[in-house]
Amino acid sequence: MKFADFIGANAIKPELESSDKESVIRELTAGLVASGSIAEENVESIIKAIMKREELGSTGIGRGIAVPHTKHPSVDKLVGTVGVSREGVEFASLDGEPVHLFFLLVSPPDRPGDHLRALENISRQLRDDMFCKFLKQSKTNEDIAQLLEEADNNQFGS
Amino acid sequence: MAEQTVSRTVVIPNQQGLHARPADQFVKLANQFSAQIEIQRETLTVNGKSILDLLTLAAEQGTELILHATGDDATEASEALAALVESFAEHDLEGEEDA
Repeated sequence: MKFADFIGANAIKPELESSDKESVIRELTAGLVASGSIAEENVESIIKAIMKREELGSTGIGRGIAVPHTKHPSVDKLVGTVGVSREGVEFASLDGEPVHLFFLLVSPPDRPGDHLRALENISRQLRDDMFCKFLKQSKTNEDIAQLLEEADNNQFGS
Repeated sequence: MAEQTVSRTVVIPNQQGLHARPADQFVKLANQFSAQIEIQRETLTVNGKSILDLLTLAAEQGTELILHATGDDATEASEALAALVESFAEHDLEGEEDA
């Protein structure tokens, strides 16, 4: 699965302003509404589900990366967005470090394989230090959209 | 004493596959052993102590993985990790809500 398959350019958040977990999830989810990936009327229910998932264990997986996610019956295909926080967000990460790079995913309940393939793509790219560095340095939607496109064309990672 | 490698095959038993939460559990357990842990899916071999590495396996239900443990506590590590993977089956019984 490629970034282009689940991340709409209008959903991207290059300058996240939030400093706590719920606010940043709210900000990222607003991106999904902006790109038409989710409906406004489902936002609160989706945020609640993502926060519930975080209670089971933080999706801050270390190295300044988090992948908040949930299944939700309102989507019929996997949708996602990416956000960058310059200041870093306290996210109760596994390594205790603040999070700078976010990939948020909402997937249909009956498609666990798609969710795994999106995680595969995200984690494969994030293993590459250059990709992480360029993503952190991105200042605009266009910068990030271009970076994701380059990643889709196998210009990073293994 | 020579370094020993213990290898064993496990099959991902749960419907949701090796997603973030089981991967986290696996890495936490793997890090309790001094042995080097590698996980192989076909031709791809990754570090079993890194959650990012585990997630690149995209291991769905039914996927066969080979655990390779190398070091003094390789046998214990191998047994404990294989038992953990088998226990993922219980996630389905719990009516797992997340992915």
